[in-house]
Amino acid sequence: MNPEFDVRYTAGLARLHLSEEEIAKFQAQLSQVLEYVEKLKVVDVSKVEATAHANPVFNVVREDDPRDWFTAQEALANAPRQVNGLFSVPKVIE
Amino acid sequence: MSLTSLSVAELQAQLRSKAVSPVEAVEALESRIAAVDGSICGYLARDFQRALAAAKVADVNLPLGGVPIAIKDVINVRGEQCTCGSKMLKGYIAPYDATVISRLKAAGAIPFGRVNMDEFAMGSSCENSAYAITHNPWDLSRIPGGSSGGSAAVVAADEAFAALGSDTGGSIRQPAALCGCVGLKPSYGRVSRFGLVAFASSLDQIGPFTKTVRDSALLLNVISGRDPMDSTSLEEPVPDYTAQLGQDLKGVRLGMPKEYFVGGTDPQVDKAVRDAIKHYESLGAEIVEISLPHTEYAVGVYYIIATAEASANLARFDGVRYGHRTAEAANILEHYGKTREEGFGAEVKRRIILGTYVLSSGYYDAYYLRAQKVRTLIRQDFTSAFEKVDAIICPTSPEPAFKIGDRSDDPMRMYLADIFTIAVNLAGVCGISLPCGFAQVEGRPLPVGLQLIGKPFHESELLKIAHAYEQSTEWHKARPVIS
Repeated sequence: MNPEFDVRYTAGLARLHLSEEEIAKFQAQLSQVLEYVEKLKVVDVSKVEATAHANPVFNVVREDDPRDWFTAQEALANAPRQVNGLFSVPKVIE
Repeated sequence: MSLTSLSVAELQAQLRSKAVSPVEAVEALESRIAAVDGSICGYLARDFQRALAAAKVADVNLPLGGVPIAIKDVINVRGEQCTCGSKMLKGYIAPYDATVISRLKAAGAIPFGRVNMDEFAMGSSCENSAYAITHNPWDLSRIPGGSSGGSAAVVAADEAFAALGSDTGGSIRQPAALCGCVGLKPSYGRVSRFGLVAFASSLDQIGPFTKTVRDSALLLNVISGRDPMDSTSLEEPVPDYTAQLGQDLKGVRLGMPKEYFVGGTDPQVDKAVRDAIKHYESLGAEIVEISLPHTEYAVGVYYIIATAEASANLARFDGVRYGHRTAEAANILEHYGKTREEGFGAEVKRRIILGTYVLSSGYYDAYYLRAQKVRTLIRQDFTSAFEKVDAIICPTSPEPAFKIGDRSDDPMRMYLADIFTIAVNLAGVCGISLPCGFAQVEGRPLPVGLQLIGKPFHESELLKIAHAYEQSTEWHKARPVIS
């Protein structure tokens, strides 16, 4: 059991509400997973570079050319709420 | 033999000789789905009229002309739902085609049907879908594997000629093994991920589910290649993947990783795989014992890296641009928190929490950075092994399909189901699962999968090696009796 792992706090960072039952259950289940990954601590990685992804390619860019893409209407088609052709968002300033 | 039990290559021959029309192929599938999908529950949605319309104008001389293909519900097809098996995306209609879909369409194929999956591709049993439990066609009380369980089940049940799925830690190969079909995970960067809803971006690849190795090559021919819309797709040439099929295995060296044959595997699976290895020897291949010394760390590395990437990728579900939005919220934090609480299922929540934790301040170095370094060692294991052998041979899954509900509330046990497939994604190499026998469990035959792992961008060789085994055995011809 990792005493520093706190599901309630971490869920806050992830902007994810959880019920009390979920918090208790995930605390137990994920503590078990964290215990399992403890085994990585025995590997000597002092001289090893990190791998971010499998292929050694960096800074891939394409020409910044305009092209056809969504119309405003298409971009809004899946929005749960829209107002006057804009995404509707909750009020964020008092 | 009914029309829907044909392979893609066999269907093509019939389409080109005009013995069968694309419309008849789509109609035959629709009747087959109507007859058996009530038992299998592989399809989440399908648009028969739309597929018929495409069939009417299909050019059968194109590489996949007139061939209907089922699509995992995580790949965008313009104008069709793309729920990712999640309530979060209920009602979402894809506004564009994924690159694999535009390539399939350009090759004359007909995307037909959205098939079930674990929510956001997180799972090994398809039980994490918010919509349906898909059943294994070989035993309806068992899981089809996951996350692409729908893709595997519909191909195995002859409800599809072929399907596309995605593989982040085994999500193509494991369900293919458990349902008795062929599943290919291409090398990282071989197939564009544009339009694939992201789970773990450094691991995800799209690949085909088929009834034969040749069909796998036919689909890979179409979906491979550099795409300017996916900066991780590589500029490697795309050969004709069928070109080496039928070549003999003289001089081919296959590596048996000793860490994959240490016990813990179901005895019937172990035996089927060892028999397959002997069969390869009889085909002229040389079997070499190799070592992948960091194998025991792969599951741990995976569940740090994949959850970290998932927690970042799934941050986009904020209830604003698309997807579920909570009814009322007093403030912005409540809006996010409730939207995500209501939209995501338990496994997705677990992984978001774990991924957020391993990336959080104070833990990043201990977990995420360390996992990335051990990932380097896992990759180096494969690089060294491929200096000695042409491909690696091992089981796909340590066991045949388990019962529905058997471990749905035991995440750690579920994660270990992917023990033989995960390292392939971490290393970015390619892997294929093909049928190599059956385990008799409770009086029923359950398929066993053989995994072959190939060098990055050496899919041609991998397919050649797989094809030689398939064509000299009968396993791929077996079909489930659905009852």
